Amino acid sequence: MYPENITLIKFGYFDQEILDRVVPDISREFSTSVRTKNGNLDLSEFYDPSRRQYNGTTLLNKINNEFATDSSKTLGLFDIDLFIPILTYIFGQAYLNGRVGIVSIYRLSNEKYGIKTDHKILLERFRKEAIHELGHLFGLIHCSDPVCVMRSSTYVEDIDQKGHALCAVCRMQLKHTLFA
Amino acid sequence: MARKISILIVDDEESVRDSLYNWFIEDGYRVGCAEDAKRALSILESDAFDIILADIKMLGMDGLEMLRRIKSIRKESIVIMMTAFATVDTAVQALKDGAYDYVTKPFDPDDLSHLIRNASKQISLAEENEILREAFLLQNVENLVGSSDAMRQVLKEIESVAQSSASVIITGESGTGKELVARAIHSNSSRRFFPLVSVHCGALTESLLESELFGHEKGAFTGAVFNRKGRFEMADSGTIFLDEIATIPPKMQVELLRVLETKSFVRVGGNKEITSDFRVICATNRDLKSLVENGFFREDLYYRLNVVNIHIPPLRERIEDIPQLVDYFIRKYCTTMNKPLITIDSGAMRQLSAFSFPGNIRELENMIERAIVVGNGRKITLKDLPLGKETINTTVESLDELEKNHISNILNKYNWNISAAAKALKVDRVTLYNKIKKYDLSQK
Repeated sequence: MYPENITLIKFGYFDQEILDRVVPDISREFSTSVRTKNGNLDLSEFYDPSRRQYNGTTLLNKINNEFATDSSKTLGLFDIDLFIPILTYIFGQAYLNGRVGIVSIYRLSNEKYGIKTDHKILLERFRKEAIHELGHLFGLIHCSDPVCVMRSSTYVEDIDQKGHALCAVCRMQLKHTLFA
Repeated sequence: MARKISILIVDDEESVRDSLYNWFIEDGYRVGCAEDAKRALSILESDAFDIILADIKMLGMDGLEMLRRIKSIRKESIVIMMTAFATVDTAVQALKDGAYDYVTKPFDPDDLSHLIRNASKQISLAEENEILREAFLLQNVENLVGSSDAMRQVLKEIESVAQSSASVIITGESGTGKELVARAIHSNSSRRFFPLVSVHCGALTESLLESELFGHEKGAFTGAVFNRKGRFEMADSGTIFLDEIATIPPKMQVELLRVLETKSFVRVGGNKEITSDFRVICATNRDLKSLVENGFFREDLYYRLNVVNIHIPPLRERIEDIPQLVDYFIRKYCTTMNKPLITIDSGAMRQLSAFSFPGNIRELENMIERAIVVGNGRKITLKDLPLGKETINTTVESLDELEKNHISNILNKYNWNISAAAKALKVDRVTLYNKIKKYDLSQK
């Protein structure tokens, strides 16, 4: 069923300018309207002091329970270091074919890796990761096409290798899902 | 399109199962979860997952015990062990017990991705290998011509027996292609890179057979100037094909049984025990079972050899294969004789299909070869085929049997008129009466 729209909810501090820049791209990629809003959540309950990171799995569940609607695909946006119990870190996570996903900009910035800040690269990386997680919400799995945005990226330089759009196969699959 | 690789996650922590489940689902894998080893083993009974990602420390049965059980059921399973408390000992133990890899939780997303990708690659390669192996099998039986049900059954049996090391007895009338079947089994087995050694037991005397099979030491008998390897020794890591096994004399049967049981023997005139790892394939046109019942063949040897029996039906029971065989032999001999490809006319083919071929495929092959030699070089016609003229019943082995059949045929032809039959046979009447008595012939 075609969703009414996509909702991007920013939690905690999140650069509004970045958000404003990616909204048109997301809207174009998924051919639907995108709205943005602020979310209020006490993030301390997701903080794991032993890892000094935030638990992405419980955070995702929380957003699913409190912020999701059936008529919208919701993506939570953060600037915190996310992990899931089995992995050292994640850039984002989403339920395949589900209602909610999360993305964090935290590990996408150059300065986290000791490199000079580059706002443009940060914006590109965030755009790709947001579209990637939304792709999962629309039922797309990882793609083997090296430039498809649905290609799996496990480290930050890997994100730079792929494009910010869906490949023809994923686009066809998306159309099939949206208009079936 | 490649099939989906399946992954079973076994961990008693729900959060670990959920995280891995979501991660792998996004990667397009088929994913299953189990909260403990017992549940995992029960799932694996009905669903063969390609990769099992299991925690070592779990309540009840631990991961290492589960690994051992999985490996005993399905050796090719890829099991990756995970633990939050890595020690060298457990890692070594897991790998010794057959784990594919051993990882410490939590792991880097890139490491996990690489690990699973490598395991998937191994699975795909194993499957590709299997496909190639099957293709290879089909390419090596092209000289076993025919698409009849009987022939398809023979090919199926070759395929199923080739990969094992079980002894095989190939039965069938003379000329049905028993040696070709033996070659097909060997060339499709893992022993194919080693020799297939054939011994025609019927062609050798008892002493020669012993020397042929076991070899001899220098000076073992007059003329034995050098050491000689026997056939069993030559067949080491390969296959030995014992043709006409029913003709082996009783003493050799005892020797053969001992060699089959111990895979070791001593050369004639020697005292050193030699071991050889060979597979035995035998062939016979006789009914071995009845030879056993009549005391001509040892029962224990029969059961040792007859692990698998492949029976090749006579050509008269698969006449639908005759056109294919004719085509095959025309191509074979035209190529060998450097002649242009010829055809066969429909009348000749009809007659061939109606012929009983007592000599089976060998007889058909000889007919086609002869027809190509004596024919006009364009088309094989009825006059090029010795059907009903020179056909020799190759199932008849003794002269007495041949004489008996011939006399019987002539007597029937002349309605048992003794004088006419004796005249046709160019013998006197007394001789004919004596032959009738000798062969116990009577008018039916």
